Amino acid sequence: MPNASPQKTHAAGGVSIALAGSGGSGVMTAGTLLLTAAAGAGYYGLMVRTSGPQIRGGEAAALLRIAPHPIDGLDDRFDALVALDWGNVQRFADEIPLAAHSVVVGEEAEGEAPEIYRASGARYVAVPFKKTAKSIAGSWANMVALGFAGALAGLPREALHEAAKGTLKKAETVAANLAAIDAGVAAAQGVGGVTPLPPPGPRSRARWLISGNEAAGFGAIRGGVRFVAAYPITPATEMLEWMAPALAKIGGALVQAEDELASVNMIVGASYGGVPSLTATAGPGLALMTEGIGLAVASETPIVVVDVMRGGPSTGIPAKSEQGDLAIATQGLHGDAPHLVLAPTSIADCVATTQWAVALAEKLQAPAIVLSDQFLGQSRAVVDRPDELALDAKRIVPEPNAPDYKRYRDTPSGVSPMAVPGNPGTVYTADGLEHSEGGIPSGNVRDHQLQLDKRARKIAQHDYGERWADVEGEGEAAVITFGSASIAAREAVARLAAQGVRVKLIVLRLIAPLRTAELARALDGVSRVLVVEQNHSAQFHRYLRSLADLPARQQSFHRPGPLPLRPGELAETIAAWRNA
Amino acid sequence: MDLAEAPARAPRTAAAYKSSYKPIWCPGCGDFSVLSAITKALAKLDLTPENVAVVSGIGCSSRIPAYTSCYGFHGVHGRALAAATGLKVARPDLTVLVTGGDGDGYSIGGNHFLHACRRNVDLTYVVMDNHVYGMTKGQPSPTTEPDWDSKLSPGGTGVRAFHPLVIALASGANFVARAFSGDPNGTAEVIAQAIVHPGFSFVEVLSPCVTFRPEQRDWKDAVHPAPVEATDDPARAARRIMTDDGFNLGVLYKGNRAPYKGYPAPARAGVADLEKEFEL
Repeated sequence: MPNASPQKTHAAGGVSIALAGSGGSGVMTAGTLLLTAAAGAGYYGLMVRTSGPQIRGGEAAALLRIAPHPIDGLDDRFDALVALDWGNVQRFADEIPLAAHSVVVGEEAEGEAPEIYRASGARYVAVPFKKTAKSIAGSWANMVALGFAGALAGLPREALHEAAKGTLKKAETVAANLAAIDAGVAAAQGVGGVTPLPPPGPRSRARWLISGNEAAGFGAIRGGVRFVAAYPITPATEMLEWMAPALAKIGGALVQAEDELASVNMIVGASYGGVPSLTATAGPGLALMTEGIGLAVASETPIVVVDVMRGGPSTGIPAKSEQGDLAIATQGLHGDAPHLVLAPTSIADCVATTQWAVALAEKLQAPAIVLSDQFLGQSRAVVDRPDELALDAKRIVPEPNAPDYKRYRDTPSGVSPMAVPGNPGTVYTADGLEHSEGGIPSGNVRDHQLQLDKRARKIAQHDYGERWADVEGEGEAAVITFGSASIAAREAVARLAAQGVRVKLIVLRLIAPLRTAELARALDGVSRVLVVEQNHSAQFHRYLRSLADLPARQQSFHRPGPLPLRPGELAETIAAWRNA
Repeated sequence: MDLAEAPARAPRTAAAYKSSYKPIWCPGCGDFSVLSAITKALAKLDLTPENVAVVSGIGCSSRIPAYTSCYGFHGVHGRALAAATGLKVARPDLTVLVTGGDGDGYSIGGNHFLHACRRNVDLTYVVMDNHVYGMTKGQPSPTTEPDWDSKLSPGGTGVRAFHPLVIALASGANFVARAFSGDPNGTAEVIAQAIVHPGFSFVEVLSPCVTFRPEQRDWKDAVHPAPVEATDDPARAARRIMTDDGFNLGVLYKGNRAPYKGYPAPARAGVADLEKEFEL
């Protein structure tokens, strides 16, 4: 399967540890170092960030899962919750589910863990993180917690040391905090509750430690993007902050725009100038951009808009994940406005899917919307180095002084050569007004029909190859999903397969245009489908039903964010539904 | 320039910058003369037409790009400056002109106007101000007098008019001028200076709408050259602009602000170098 995710998802769970505390307690740093240590020791892993609405000082948690094999998403339960303080950490109770075997580790000075965590039956262990750090001059409590959590997971002390040394600068700070890590490791001896990781397998290929936002930014640059204009918005900002210095290094530019109306029009202008261009935003920004995206459709200007989705509508839940923008991404433009909508299927796939989006936009002279989300964007994972894709991203341009040049000529493919300013003999005016083939504004019936047909044809008739979806496994029952929801679905299907239950998995990467013929082929022999997504109104299911012939027996599993879909609940749902 | 390298051709005339398309404007519209002034300014500078891009939004005056022989971009209402900023930053080698009206530039596009001034990207923004929305048949714009009666605002809006030149100055435009469509040669001279001047150049052209504001025909009797030379002192320029009668023509301010810093620099690394930071 050429499109199969490079990271085969295993049914087995690995170790899941949550580090929580008030903002400023250093839990995010401890979490990042724990992931770095795991990576250094040869493991794969993932760290999901969650935090309260406060800019600084609110509750924060780093949710980690570490395993000898690639990990794309979180498990059903956490083996351990390590809290530096209890502040408002009870607010994460839904996001940090515990089991009876779990261990809850709290700061000794703070007394018992909140009732909501004890209710799971998890064992409580008090650790004097603060007192320990105080006893080692110049050390920090979060480093004691790092040592403790690392030891629970079974990570070697050296890996924890190396991770800390990579971050700490001053020699005396290093010495103090290595001692703090050691004290944490010592305190964890005999605590139990967590099955330590088995030794990692051999490293067969290069690995990266990368967030989905960085991955999307890097994929865009691999695809040829050299101009970005954007307005800061959670949770897309880190993508822009990564791209700004990266673009400067490679001869590109990033403009911080005054608003999203400006961002989208800036990238349309830059792309009109021949430079592949992108913006990144979240739902509120996408809503503001829809007129500009329509301009890119009408003027046939390639652009890429990455929407790192968050809870909506309106300001919604800015720092938490939800797949609620599928409807606006597919249907939100006014007029008949064919365009591309893609969705990465994992953190690593953010590289390839964004690169593909750039290639398709350039090739088809159309806007492409990439639906990432907060889970993918702000999580960081150890991944196998994503392969470079050999994609034909060339924009078709006319020769200098091309005879009888017409910018919007009606061609069999629907794609017509796009002159770049500076090219002699092919001047034209790009226009959002309906126009003739030559680009002159026209309200003529024939011109409108011709250009609508042209713009629809180029999107509909393009050969998108095998990349449109990952189609995995066999069975008369199929799960259809997209984006970050596919991570839990894939693990659920893998777990069922390990039990001998066969379920087909179809993860769409190209949402629009919907490849109805290919989907029909993928559904050949399938008598029932379960559509899995993370939003309140089953937007994906309704979208599929509006365009595709799904089997009559169909069911939707949809739930709004920010609670992640869990592989276990999906496996149970699928098994029960399959037996129904 | 070395004489041996001088072009063997005759300098281009204004006609070389006109397309064959017939404007949609009403007879007597001031915009005809502004179009003519733009082509004269381009001829004066003898710029290669395909190396010039004319960008606009929506409105009567925003139709200008297609009436030139340059590359044109006719975008959505109010966003011309944004599109032009993206184009110029991505393609600093091009000469980028932006044309539009008072509704497009000061109302729906007002925020972009402020930020284009302060960003100081090397653009020339020519606004044809007629104090009315003409394309939608006569509604008040931000520069309309508060008591001007219209169907949409019977008896007038009661809202004071916007002062684009002062706003431009306060926001950081590096070149501020006022021109009048009835004086196409003077307007051409001002636009040529605006194109040559580095940074963001703003040219407000009083351009009568003879259909919805026929009284603006009288502007020809009101305009007069500014009594003093342009200053490079923004405070002095602001005082002059705020106290003049609104009909002083010419370059009013020529600043020395540092140009926009965010243009692309030569590459120091390749794409493959970028992935090093992710490698374990």
